[in-house]
Amino acid sequence: MTLIIIYGILIIGLVVSFLKSKEKTKKAFKIAKKAFMKTAPSLLAVLGIVGLTLGILSPETISRLIGADAGIMGTIIASLIGAVTLIPSLIAFPLAGSLLRAGASVMTISVFITTLVMVGIVTMPMEIKILGKKFTLLRNGLGFIAAIVIATIMGAIL
Amino acid sequence: MIKKIKKFKLPVLILFIYGILGIGAPEIAYKSFDISLSYLGEMIYIIPPVFILMGLMEVWIPKNKVETLLGKESGIKGILISFVLGTLPTGPLYVAFPMTASLLKKGASISNMIVFLGSWATLKVPQLLVEAEFLGVPFMILRFVLTFIMLVLMGLFMQFTLKLSPDKDFLESSNEEL
Repeated sequence: MTLIIIYGILIIGLVVSFLKSKEKTKKAFKIAKKAFMKTAPSLLAVLGIVGLTLGILSPETISRLIGADAGIMGTIIASLIGAVTLIPSLIAFPLAGSLLRAGASVMTISVFITTLVMVGIVTMPMEIKILGKKFTLLRNGLGFIAAIVIATIMGAIL
Repeated sequence: MIKKIKKFKLPVLILFIYGILGIGAPEIAYKSFDISLSYLGEMIYIIPPVFILMGLMEVWIPKNKVETLLGKESGIKGILISFVLGTLPTGPLYVAFPMTASLLKKGASISNMIVFLGSWATLKVPQLLVEAEFLGVPFMILRFVLTFIMLVLMGLFMQFTLKLSPDKDFLESSNEEL
């Protein structure tokens, strides 16, 4: 689905661009190549780290760590696991749902979901390369704090 | 040459960790490798078009337009545009990094880009549907509203901080290439 959308936009963009100016289209490819070469090493690193974190922290391991009787420690661990890992939402939400039904607190689940999607420690090498160190550290750091605030409010309301 | 090796320092370090894991816990190493491969399978199709799109954006999107729509003076309209752009169903967050860099260079404000990245990561339409199904509608709506508020606050805070102390090294290195 994602692929169809991205390639659809790309094809339309390329056709329009090519009709308007060959020169500019060439330049666009040049920019793309340069940016890609610059990012390639960090992309490789991200791939490796994703494999390592998910290989070590399998869904079963995560369930055990942040399950029902884990309490406040469970919430802390959930925020850390969420911050480090990069799990596709199609796997993450069913996992979070089953943990919630198994008795994990709303706070734990919301901190897990929010850090999971907002804070990406494994993709940091790439983000630093593209957007700079300060931007990346601030965005992820503040995202982590925001996730805790969001989870605390959600735990109090729901 | 040394510069080239330095560039690949992190991948080499990770390969090294894989090596150690392969000796100590071969099953985990095998599983990790498998996961890396499956992510490679995903990225290999997504990354090239994303970078080409970024190139096209760089040549075609006029600077003054980005500045008026997403710049420092764009106000609430800028926040809403960034939010809508972010929620469109368009793939994982690392796809958004090159786009963000491109928009920043063209004059988009940092606070708007934080809202853009944040909505891209956490408030996507297809993702929200899955969330509602597994965690319930009240959970989804409450998280949506709170996240949006936090993103706007985060953006304003970061804009302020990076204005006080800009990332000089990074700005210099990205200017060099132009």
